[in-house]
Amino acid sequence: MSRPQARIARLVAAGALAAFATSAFAQTEIQWWHAMTGALNDRVNEFAKGFNESQKDYKVVPVFKGTYPETMTAAIAAFRAGNAPHIVQVFEVGTATMMAAKGAIKPVAEVMREAGEKFDPKSYIGAVAGYYTSAKGEMLSFPFNSSTTVFYYNKDVFEKAGLDPNRPPATWPEVMAAAAKIKAAGASQCAYTTGWPSWVHVENFSAWHNVPIGTRENGMAGLDTRFQINSPLHVRHWNNLKEWSQKGYFTYAGRRNEAEAKFYSGECAMLTSSSAAQANINRNAKFKYAVAMLPYYADVKGAPQNTIIGGASLWVMSGKKPNEYKGVAKFLSYLADPQRQAQWHQQTGYLPITPAAYDITKSAGFYEKNPGTDVSVRQMMLKQPTPNSKGLRFGSFVQIRDMFEEEMENMLAGKQNAKAALDNAVRRGNEMLARFQKSARE
Amino acid sequence: MARPPASAAPRPRLPAGVRNLLLPWTRNVPREGMVENRPFLDFLTHAVLLLGVAVIAFPVYVTFVASTITAEEVLAAPMPLVPGPHLIENYREALLHGAGNSAAPVWRMMMNSLITALAIALGKIAISLLSAFAIVYFKFPLRMFFFWMIFVTLMLPVEVRIMPTYEVMSDLGMLDTYAGLTLPLIASATATFLFRQFFLTVPDELAEAARIDGAGPMRFFWDVVVPMSKTSMAALFVIQFIYGWNQYLWPLIVTTKEDYYTVVIGIKRMIAGGGEASVEWHLVMATALMAMIPPALVVILMQKWFVKGLVDTEK
Amino acid sequence: MEKRVLFRSGWLPYALLAPQLAVTIIFFFWPAGQALFQSLLQQDPFGIDVEFVGLDNFATLFADEHYLASFRVTAVFSVLVASFGLLLSLILAVFADRVVRGAGTYKTLLIWPYAVAHAVAAVLWLFLFNPTLGIVAHWIKGLGIGWDPLLNGHDAMVLVVVAAVWKQISYNFIFFLAGLQSIPKSLIEAAAIDGAGPGRRFWTIVFPLLSPTTFFLLVVNIVYAFFDTFAIVDAATAGGPGQATEILVYKVYKDGFKALDLGSSAAQSVILMMIVIGLTVIQFKWIERRVQY
Repeated sequence: MSRPQARIARLVAAGALAAFATSAFAQTEIQWWHAMTGALNDRVNEFAKGFNESQKDYKVVPVFKGTYPETMTAAIAAFRAGNAPHIVQVFEVGTATMMAAKGAIKPVAEVMREAGEKFDPKSYIGAVAGYYTSAKGEMLSFPFNSSTTVFYYNKDVFEKAGLDPNRPPATWPEVMAAAAKIKAAGASQCAYTTGWPSWVHVENFSAWHNVPIGTRENGMAGLDTRFQINSPLHVRHWNNLKEWSQKGYFTYAGRRNEAEAKFYSGECAMLTSSSAAQANINRNAKFKYAVAMLPYYADVKGAPQNTIIGGASLWVMSGKKPNEYKGVAKFLSYLADPQRQAQWHQQTGYLPITPAAYDITKSAGFYEKNPGTDVSVRQMMLKQPTPNSKGLRFGSFVQIRDMFEEEMENMLAGKQNAKAALDNAVRRGNEMLARFQKSARE
Repeated sequence: MARPPASAAPRPRLPAGVRNLLLPWTRNVPREGMVENRPFLDFLTHAVLLLGVAVIAFPVYVTFVASTITAEEVLAAPMPLVPGPHLIENYREALLHGAGNSAAPVWRMMMNSLITALAIALGKIAISLLSAFAIVYFKFPLRMFFFWMIFVTLMLPVEVRIMPTYEVMSDLGMLDTYAGLTLPLIASATATFLFRQFFLTVPDELAEAARIDGAGPMRFFWDVVVPMSKTSMAALFVIQFIYGWNQYLWPLIVTTKEDYYTVVIGIKRMIAGGGEASVEWHLVMATALMAMIPPALVVILMQKWFVKGLVDTEK
Repeated sequence: MEKRVLFRSGWLPYALLAPQLAVTIIFFFWPAGQALFQSLLQQDPFGIDVEFVGLDNFATLFADEHYLASFRVTAVFSVLVASFGLLLSLILAVFADRVVRGAGTYKTLLIWPYAVAHAVAAVLWLFLFNPTLGIVAHWIKGLGIGWDPLLNGHDAMVLVVVAAVWKQISYNFIFFLAGLQSIPKSLIEAAAIDGAGPGRRFWTIVFPLLSPTTFFLLVVNIVYAFFDTFAIVDAATAGGPGQATEILVYKVYKDGFKALDLGSSAAQSVILMMIVIGLTVIQFKWIERRVQY
């Protein structure tokens, strides 16, 4: 062997040895892609750190991948390129897309079963578990951060306007009566605003009044679902929104959570938005405020029913090694621990997704110390969910939500009336559903 | 379209006056602008120009003010129009801790922007110089084919092939890497054309002399072509540095890890709703100002190369 | 044009071309081919169910009133950006051309916005026009004019046009000034001696001589409005309200990356490619004429 060759051979041998050595002692890495920003990102990192310190075989690596849509797109692109993460956090409107991707995901129930980890879908709140359970009754993803929509109001402004700060308006007509008083008294610049317009004024509005969003149990019973949000009740509510907007009672703030800043800056006195906004409102609001249940129309039979969830769940991607799935299962078990769930709920304002976590939080006196934090839970568990209120599952819903909001914006801008807006929303939404149905046929 | 009258002074190209522009611009030779003396017109001229300068500078002034006051002062509409005392703490906060929904520190994003901009500018210059040299100084089969191949890329801005390019990058495993950030932006026909155009003006005698001396093509390239192209390179560098620094759509989709955010993307993340944190405008504005400074300095300090680059790359 | 002296080598030119060709093929031709191919497919986001649908995606697009609306929005947007951008920069250039003292300072103060990123420009104007805290919005409201870019499509359009024009003025200015300075002074002096005032001189001599520059800038500005303004729209309005500012490039991005409708997004890419090719041909023809002149 000539000298250079010998050197190469030595190098190769050394390299192989090093590779062997590291692999023998290396932990199995579990990639977890998520979309949690700010303080939530810190909590996610704490979970991973806690798990990694609790055992030696697996190492969970949380990676922030941008906004919810970006995280989902990144995971899908990675899947197409053959290097998907093990766990990816997907927001609730992406649920149908993930579910339809049979070969791309591995149902959580299966992951847990194969790894021999204890996993009881019944330990979750019905409305949460139902959201992520397939038509065949198998839990497909792991509920992680769930929230719902609630009503916030500025107590100081209520007092200034001569309203009872301890009696929040319960119905929409009461909300608007309050708005009229606030406006008349000049107690705040803007009376009512909303975050997430479609989530609040289409999806949760329907569930809360026990009317369908779409056929086939809001799409949960089949892909051949079509929208039904142009009912007289929907038209009435949107028509009211338009009227209130013209009168200056309702200020439109944008499609996402821009409205929350308008509330905690004191600009708007009333807000409907995610229950998860409470942490942020708490930090920023320099006035007394309270949380109440979502308003409804008292004359609608069965209202209020229960609200549905938003937020995100964790999906396990397919094509990984059995040993890796074992680690995933162990980590999910770690997350499912009621103590951790309760802590997550208390720290973030997300829903306690198991009754056990709720009980722990309650018996610790958390709700008494932090009034309003249990509103979302009570709202979710108000009644046994019906087919109209257990959740929704529509394909391409990211796009469809945009369409709903576009139609709402066009209505509020005075370009069309409520009926036309909702008819357009239904027609455009149904076109998307038909396209999705075609591309995701069984 | 109206053409200049035949009696007009002979000019080689139109509006290629752009070339002539370089003379007054780069050497600051004062042109005798005003034909006759009209005091009112003089006044109007300065008034209009001052107004233009003021309007153009206004947003940046407000940005600067907003970056020196507290979050509460920004929110108190209308915000003040005189700078406040919080300049240092705001910039320190942004540089070290980021803002809003983006916790990535701004200094790191600035580094990423710098790396991206330099890699794109230098990469473009390098590969274009080589390919233009090949096309101009060699005769070989398929030469025109390659030339046209490069030319048609003019017609495919990254915006229109964004989705498939993303998939290609993802197939190559280059998402969230510096290579992924820069490589797809490095190929461009404009730089190749610029150099080709320039090489065509280089006297043939030089190459001939090199050949007679027995110098090979690469020797000629290094000893003659590269030194002679310095001006073009400088001009191109300014334009491409700005182009690279200011990229938006591509870094937006190809980077999801904060470690690779460029400062332009960072700003967008800071104002994006949907996250948990609120928009911290005072920090966003500090970041915006910091994001502007490097390319603005390049434009102002290298003004003559900038104008030359701008004019030459539009050929 | 060709060199008289050419080197000969069997492999060297290919080696010199290799880096550029590699990048071109990998990042231009392959993706463009992919776009063409995918525009004929309908598939789920994961690429598990792929179906060849022929020209269905195109048919769907052209039957979609919202896609057509996006064309209209793009047209309105480009016309506004190009006309205001050209007009304002022409005015500034004409006056800057008259200045003798301080010309360099004015030029420097007018060209720097070229260096500002589109997204940053959008954020600056978004901040100024923010209905809650923007100082300009405050002034507008003070005049008793309603201002609500979140709901009013016209207001949103104004916002993106202002940001786009602000960003483009410096570029137009440089070329206009170049064009103006290349006009022979003797011509203007002759007209002045004949008694033509500054206004008349501008319209009868300067403006016609400037028309090639203007035409060139018009094409450049339209291309700019079509493609480069993506960042402005994304950062300032995200295409809203409704679809009032959803230009074609934004829609490609939205449908592809947010909605994961790859077939439709690819078809839109192909249509955009056609548009760019059309614009490039126009520009190229013009360049040819200019060279021949």
